[in-house]
Amino acid sequence: MRRTDDNGWSPYLAGALAGLLAIASAYAATQWLGKTSYLGASTTFVRAAGLLERTIDAEHVASTEYFEKTKVRVDWQFMLVVGIFAGALVSSAADRSFKLESVPPIWEERFGTSIGKRAAWAFVGGVVAMVGARMAGGCPSGHGLSGMMQLSASSFVALALFFGVGVLTAHFFYGGRKS
Amino acid sequence: MSTGQWLGLLTGILFGFLLQKGRVLRFDKQVGAMLLKDMTILKFMLSAILVGMAGINLLSDMEIIKLSLKPMNVGAVLFGGALFGAGWAVMGFCPGTSIGALGEGRWHAVFAILGMAAGTALYAEIYPIFKATVLAWKDFGKIGLPEAIGVSRWLIVLLFGGGIAALFFWFEKKGL
Repeated sequence: MRRTDDNGWSPYLAGALAGLLAIASAYAATQWLGKTSYLGASTTFVRAAGLLERTIDAEHVASTEYFEKTKVRVDWQFMLVVGIFAGALVSSAADRSFKLESVPPIWEERFGTSIGKRAAWAFVGGVVAMVGARMAGGCPSGHGLSGMMQLSASSFVALALFFGVGVLTAHFFYGGRKS
Repeated sequence: MSTGQWLGLLTGILFGFLLQKGRVLRFDKQVGAMLLKDMTILKFMLSAILVGMAGINLLSDMEIIKLSLKPMNVGAVLFGGALFGAGWAVMGFCPGTSIGALGEGRWHAVFAILGMAAGTALYAEIYPIFKATVLAWKDFGKIGLPEAIGVSRWLIVLLFGGGIAALFFWFEKKGL
């Protein structure tokens, strides 16, 4: 097994442990909350957007069908996403891999050090990706991990498209140079 | 905070810790995989699926937990999946990893997070249009692959698991 950069764990080991966590989490949620919850992240963006919009125009949020359907509130998954931030912070601080980065290396190599350019594209990519994730009903966590573990038919199709179109777009966007 | 919120927070902290240790939160790992140069994120995801798939299906067979399948709405999955893939490549993060990336100091993830928040707000506005068009084509409902093709759940677990193992050997052989 190849060692990862800056003393990280083997992705096989970290991934297998995440699989155990997914099992334990489904079990714990069923026992204590009476409902099986699975790892996911993108629904939380809907709730966060709803909570933000509510401070500006509460009536509009209340009358928007999609927010009504998703139920705007701070729930199990919302706190899970907050936890991801905290867990990554603790882990990276503990092994000193925490690093303030404004432009990632692959980006810099292709587009230079402009933060504005990176910000604009990250924003545009974020809009497109999230419209897609909400339409498809999940992201690489919800479809990719949870859906696949449960052998959900739609997740096999979704993950293949996420990755397949991702590969095509990346080759086009980053120039597709071979190293 | 409620029990559900505490449980979510605890699960999230462990999940974020493992994502960070596996070094899958980074832009370079995600785009590296899509450029087919560095398979770290696939190793992580497929390892999690391999282990999780065995446990989840066992617990479900024993009726200890309930499955929560995602609907196979053809238009939604095809269009949504393709849009997500395109956005993912440009942004270099997915929804969960963007939050984790922020946690390990990669603060440019903020722009991706803002874009995704705007994307959801936009989706909420145009949802009625999608609902009447793309989402209305054909919906097979919450169907599992075993029922969809009419074979045993455990046969798929075995075949899919074997496929993942073979892929891992190939990654290592190629040094990806």
